[in-house]
Order: sequence, then structure tokens, then C-alpha cells
Amino acid sequence: MRKEIEGMTAAGPSHRRVEVGMAVFTAVFALIVIIGSMRVGRDWAEDGPRAGFIPFYVGLFILGASLVNLVQAWRDRADERRFATWDQLGRVSSVVLPTAVYVALVPWIGIYTASALLIGAFMKWHGRYNWSRVLLIAIGVPLVTFVVFERWFLVPLPKGPIEYFLGF
Amino acid sequence: MEEIANLFHGFAVVIEPFNLMLMLVGILLGVIIGVLPGLGGANGVAILLPLTFSMSPTSAIIMLSCIYWGALFGGAITSILFNIPGEPWSVATTFDGHPMAQKGRAGEALTAAFTSSFVGALFAVIMITLVAPLVAAFALRFGPAEKFGVYFLAFCSFIGMSKEPAFKTVAAMMIGFALAAVGLDQMTGQLRLTFGSEYLLTGFDFLIAVIGLFGIGEILLTMEEGLSFKGRTAVISPRVVLETWAELPRYWITSLRSCIIGCWMGVTPAGATPASFMSYGLAKRMSKTGHKFGTGEIEGVVAPETAAHAAGTSALLPMLSLGVPGSPTAAVLLGGLLIWGLQPGPMLFVEQKEFVWGLIASMYLGNVAGLLVVLTCVPLFAAILRIPFSIIAPIILVFCAIGAYTVHNSTFDVMLMLVFGVLGYLMKKCNYPMAPMVLAIVLGDKAEEAFRQSLLTSQGSLSIFWSNGLVGTIMALGLIVLLWPLIQSGWSRVFRPAAA
Repeated sequence: MRKEIEGMTAAGPSHRRVEVGMAVFTAVFALIVIIGSMRVGRDWAEDGPRAGFIPFYVGLFILGASLVNLVQAWRDRADERRFATWDQLGRVSSVVLPTAVYVALVPWIGIYTASALLIGAFMKWHGRYNWSRVLLIAIGVPLVTFVVFERWFLVPLPKGPIEYFLGF
Repeated sequence: MEEIANLFHGFAVVIEPFNLMLMLVGILLGVIIGVLPGLGGANGVAILLPLTFSMSPTSAIIMLSCIYWGALFGGAITSILFNIPGEPWSVATTFDGHPMAQKGRAGEALTAAFTSSFVGALFAVIMITLVAPLVAAFALRFGPAEKFGVYFLAFCSFIGMSKEPAFKTVAAMMIGFALAAVGLDQMTGQLRLTFGSEYLLTGFDFLIAVIGLFGIGEILLTMEEGLSFKGRTAVISPRVVLETWAELPRYWITSLRSCIIGCWMGVTPAGATPASFMSYGLAKRMSKTGHKFGTGEIEGVVAPETAAHAAGTSALLPMLSLGVPGSPTAAVLLGGLLIWGLQPGPMLFVEQKEFVWGLIASMYLGNVAGLLVVLTCVPLFAAILRIPFSIIAPIILVFCAIGAYTVHNSTFDVMLMLVFGVLGYLMKKCNYPMAPMVLAIVLGDKAEEAFRQSLLTSQGSLSIFWSNGLVGTIMALGLIVLLWPLIQSGWSRVFRPAAA
């Protein structure tokens, strides 16, 4: 985003750097698995292999594969591909961030109200629709969902203060 | 003979009005899922799985498998009209399908695609009908070591056959196994890898992973590309259908070859996507008009569609008979079996005859119904794609969230879904395959159980996996598939100089 402000919209992180990052991430994950399985015992007890026996070796496999991937990505200096432009990453985060807020709101205000907000915000922000259409879809979709899930299929979804106020 | 009687009994179950209705609903939903970006077979079925909790298992599997057929059909519509593959397995269909549409032959291309899909699926279903009971009967003799051998073979073929780099496949798959191990250890009753978090007590559910990786990840990719849909219109008239049908028998060799490739790739968990590419490639090399491929040859539509559908359908064979799904969608269906209280694997054919044969019968009828639905409703489905992405995307996000929540009624799962979504985006961009990861999460516990039980019998010696001819053969096959790329390159290194 920083570079975008400077007007270099075509720039972006290099593909190689993200590859290296992914390999480091999987390696760290492997270490967590290895530590976790050593805590519950990675060897044999009298009644057979203990709970950490398999995860320990699984962790070793991940670690080994990550190291190979890391070395391969590191050595591949000819790879001058761009992972994505800052512009593209901006668009991706314009989905990720609202969804993160949405996910955080669901336990507090229920899935229906949160969905209405998400759909409304998305339509207004990305689509620049007028309010009447935004309200129609943002309220209509959760309402239909409510009828389908709560009434027809009897699957209860998280509800918030508005639903309780309305007596559900 | 007994199988034929069972199959007819299955048909009797399927043509109950309620089941027929579910079938049509499933096909329609499936095509919509296949048409929409961000929703595909696997996560579409995963999202809709909770709706089936209150149904009988037979009705539930009929609806879900029909969603799957619908999604397979739907992928072709977007490929041909919009040059956007709705599903990865329909990428190869765009090569000749979209040029045909640009020349104004969209109706022909769609008819060819749908009909080929149907032929491929029918071939695979007939194979399942004939082979699955035999495989299941054979698999009844399997002990823990043989069971592990089958899992080993399945996972080795992912590493050896995938087009992604081998070590990325290993990393993705093993991460799947590690995620599967989180929570309660089935054999010792001990908690592991939870690090004191109460949220991790129940472990990671693969449905959440499927919805995140395939659903959210796909939306992020679509967003990055900033797609605007500019498509061709198509109306399929009965005359076009009949004319195309009259032309299709000319390509019977391509069709048959594609069916066989599809079935092979579907049973070994290579999947529909490589099957469609391989079939397209072979057709291009072997056809008399191969040099014209890519400019709008009908044969170039027939080959990938037949293979993709044959592979997608035959992926259910190992799931039904061995309990090893051949594709992510088959894995979701397998997850469904567990939720409905059925034990996937060879015992299904003994204990749940009605379920198994109901499913197989619904494959026949579902594909006929699917063909009719897509041939008649193409304009409707194409219209769905014209709904702007800024409306469709948040609605898909909402449905993914609902699907994730309903798995365990947990809002923590909804957060996990988003994490998996971002992970899926990164994995896709960095060429890490997602299917082995999902399958490892599904099968992790079972594979581990089989492995540990085998080790218990052998007092910890790995020789148990070579202790008899059967398990030895399976393990050897697994090793061959695992090392296949090395064998292949070694072979060509040794023999190419001689040939040249």
C-alpha cells in the first residue's frame, strides 16, 4: 500500500520472497508440531506408540520438505516474477479486512445482522450502488437465509440483540 | 446377477418423488455452484452438507452427489461462454470451447461439452457398478497393514503424479496430517498439540479447511485478477443439439480414450484436472486435425470434458469401496457419511445395501437429469454470471461463513475459515497443492490408526508392511508411484541416447 501512494502501482513484492516466506512459515509450523508431540511423548510406552509418536515424524517430514523448498526458493535468483502488484494486493485486502471484521462481529451481533452489514458495505464500497438497491439486497439475502435455515431446515444460526428484540 | 437386482432396488429408492425432487434441486444448485466463481464442487457440497443432517442418509447422498454432477456440468458453461473456467477441471475446455463461441458456435460447443460430460460420467458409473462390489468384497479381507497400504498408495500417488513440485506436495500433505492429529488421540485418549487451548480440543475439521481453502481462497484470487465478466450469449435450439449429436459419434475414439484416462486418473487420486489436460493433450497429438486444436475444434471440447467427468465420477469408486476418496469433493461426501453415522469402506456394501445402490442408481438418473437441465437452462445460468461480482462475492462469503459455522455450531470455526482462506490464496499463488492437504486432514486419523495397529501387531517392526504378498504388492506399488518421476527421468536418460 505504501508504494501505491508513491504512484508505483505496477510494483509489488517479488514472488521469490513470498516463496521463501511460505517455506519459513511451514518450517515454523513443523517446529510447533515437533515440540507439541514431544510434550505428549514421541516414543513407545508398554501399550504401544504414545500419542506424539506419529505427529513427531509428521513434523520432521514437514521440516525436511520446508528446508528443501526454502533452499530451492532461495537459490532461484533467476525468478524475477512479481507475486502480485500492490494494486492487486490492495483488492485482496479489501476482501480480507471486511471479512475479518465480519467474522469478529458474528459472535456479538449474530450472523444475520453481520451479513447484512457485510453485503451492504461491499456493495457500497466496491459496486457504488445507490442506497435503495444496497438496502434491498443487504436485508433481503439475510432474511431469505433466515427463513431457509431457521424455518425450513431447522438449523439454528448465531443470533444477536436484534433477533432477541424481535422475539426469536 | 445379485448386483443387477440391487441396482434395480436402488432405482426404486431413487424414483421416490421426494428423492427425485432432491435430485433436481441438487442439480440446479450444483450448476449454479459450478458457474459462480469462488464456489466449487468441494466447498459447495461442504456448505450445503449441514442442510442434510435431518434427512435420511440415502436422500442426503442423492442430493449432495447431484450437486457434484451439477458442478461438473456447470464448469463448462463459464469456460465456453466467458472463457473463465468455473472449475479447475474445465480450464482445458476453454482452449477450444471459447474460440467456438467466438465464432458463433456456442450452442454447438455447449452441446458437445454437456454430451461428452454425460458420456464420460456414464462410462464411469458403469465401471463403478461392475467393479466397486468386487473391490469391496476383496477389501473385506484387509487387515490394518493392508488398510495402511491403501492409504500409503493414495498419498504416494499424490506426490508422484501431481504437477506441483514434489516437496511442496509433501509439505502440504504433512501439514494436513499434523492438523488431523490435533485434539484427542483416538488410541490413547490423550490430548495432543492443543497447547492448552480449549478451541483446539475437537481438532481441525476438514470441512472448515475445504470451505476456507477452496471458497474464500478462490474469491481472493478472483478479486486479485479483478475479473469483469464479458461473455457470449448462447441459446441452444433443439436443431443445434440434434446436429451436434449427429456429429459427435465421429469422435468415438477420442471419447473412449478420454473415458479410460478419466477413470484411471479418477480412481488413483490424480483427479479430474490433470485428467482433462492429459486427455486434451493426447487428443491433440493423435487427432488428424490436431494442428487446428485451439482454434475451435469440437474434438478439443469432447476430450477434456469426457475425461473430467469420467474422473470426477470414478473418484467415488475408491471412496465407496475402500473408504479412500479420490478427490476433495469425494472427501467431503465421505465426511458426510461419517456425520450420518455410516462407516465408509467395504462394509458399506454388506451393511448399507440400500444406501450404496441408491447412490449408484442416482448417478445414472442424476446424470440424465443433469444433461436435460443444462441443455434447457443455459441462458438462465449464463445470466447468473452477469450479476456483478460486488454483489455475488459478499453473498458467497456469507454462505461460506454459514457453512463453516454449522459444522460444529462454533464461531471459532468461522475465524478458522478465514485463516484457511488466506492460506489457500498463498498456497495457490505459490503452487502448493490443496487437495492432498484436505485428504490428509480427512484420512489422517484413519491412516494413523491403521499404522499404529499394524505396528502393535508387529511389536514396532516396519517389516509388517512386507509380511505377505498382498500388503507387499500394495506398498511396492506405492513406492513405484512415489518415485515415478525419478524412474521416468532415469528411463529417458538411459534410453534416449540409444534412440537418438
